[in-house]
Amino acid sequence: MTKLKSLDDLRRLREELQKEVEARQGGETQIIVGMGTCGIAAGAREVMTAILEELARRNIKATVLQTGCIGMCEKEPLVDVVRPGEKRITYGHVTPRDVPRIIGEHVVNGRIVEDLVVGRAN
Amino acid sequence: MEELALHILDLVQNSLAAGATEVVIEIKEDAAGDLLIITIKDNGSGMDQEFVRRVLDPFTTTRTTRRVGLGLSLLAMAARQAGGDVQISSEKGKGTTVTATFGLRHWDRPPLGDVPATLVTVLAGAPKLDLIYRHTVDDRTFTFCTREVRRELGEVPINDPKVLTFLKRYLQEALTSLHGGGGVDEA
Ligand SMILES: Nc1ncnc2c1ncn2[C@@H]1O[C@H](COP(=O)(O)OP(=O)(O)OP(=O)(O)O)[C@@H](O)[C@H]1O
Ligand code: FES
Ligand SMILES: [Mg+2]
Repeated sequence: MTKLKSLDDLRRLREELQKEVEARQGGETQIIVGMGTCGIAAGAREVMTAILEELARRNIKATVLQTGCIGMCEKEPLVDVVRPGEKRITYGHVTPRDVPRIIGEHVVNGRIVEDLVVGRAN
Repeated sequence: MEELALHILDLVQNSLAAGATEVVIEIKEDAAGDLLIITIKDNGSGMDQEFVRRVLDPFTTTRTTRRVGLGLSLLAMAARQAGGDVQISSEKGKGTTVTATFGLRHWDRPPLGDVPATLVTVLAGAPKLDLIYRHTVDDRTFTFCTREVRRELGEVPINDPKVLTFLKRYLQEALTSLHGGGGVDEA
């Protein structure tokens, strides 16, 4: 019988992550994914899971959030990146393939991925 | 929507928009009865009876960003095309239960799709939600409950990307095993 991954394995992960929780200061970059009906139909869930995998893999601390419909159907999937103290940048037509660039360049290095930008706000 | 799991994600967004703090997702695959049943039950703000009667109509919505609400009408269309239907029961102030049925082996039934991806996406957006997921295939049932997960996690937030990617893999394995693949080792 193969041993399935069990929730007990979470305890090990908990010990690993506990230290990081204590070290965390807040003021993290926020990544916001549009999860309205058209966003979901256009692939927002796959973008969300790609973001989670990339953050976990590269051990990057950022806060991932969701928003409902903001009335920009035709540009879904939408991903906003807000670095502390900087403008809110909205990326449109995002695919899982774009995620490593958005995270690697913008979230980590503060360089906006210009060719994907569809909006900016303060 | 190409997957039933995407409809589920969309329905849970309705529940969250209605202020739900607990959502129960139940999937039943019944080969003998040729039936697939999806039930989403929430404790959100609910709808009054008059509204429930109209809610499958795409022009019924309380959203302000556009005049059509697509979620429930898309689900109803998918269910009816696959020999099933959608039923909604709701009580103002108490909550809502949406039940969708499909012919399990119906040609036009969309695949169940990636349920683990849907569940972790819900949790990424709603880390405080009490989410209970129960999936039955014939006579076997798998249950997942975020209260139990949070107990294991202590202060570590459930929406930490590492926790969510762990949970996605955990759920994938559990569902593969539920569908008869791999070894089974359940308590
Ligand atoms: N679980 C629920 N609890 C309370 N009200 C609900 C629930 N589900 C749906 N509703 C009400 O029914 C309306 C129609 O829902 P539906 O999902 O069809 O469209 P929508 O959510 O308005 O828009 P869309 O799904 O296209 O983003 C909603 O606007 C909301 O007022
Ligand atoms: S989700 Fe498309 S306009 Fe809102
Ligand atoms: Mg909806």
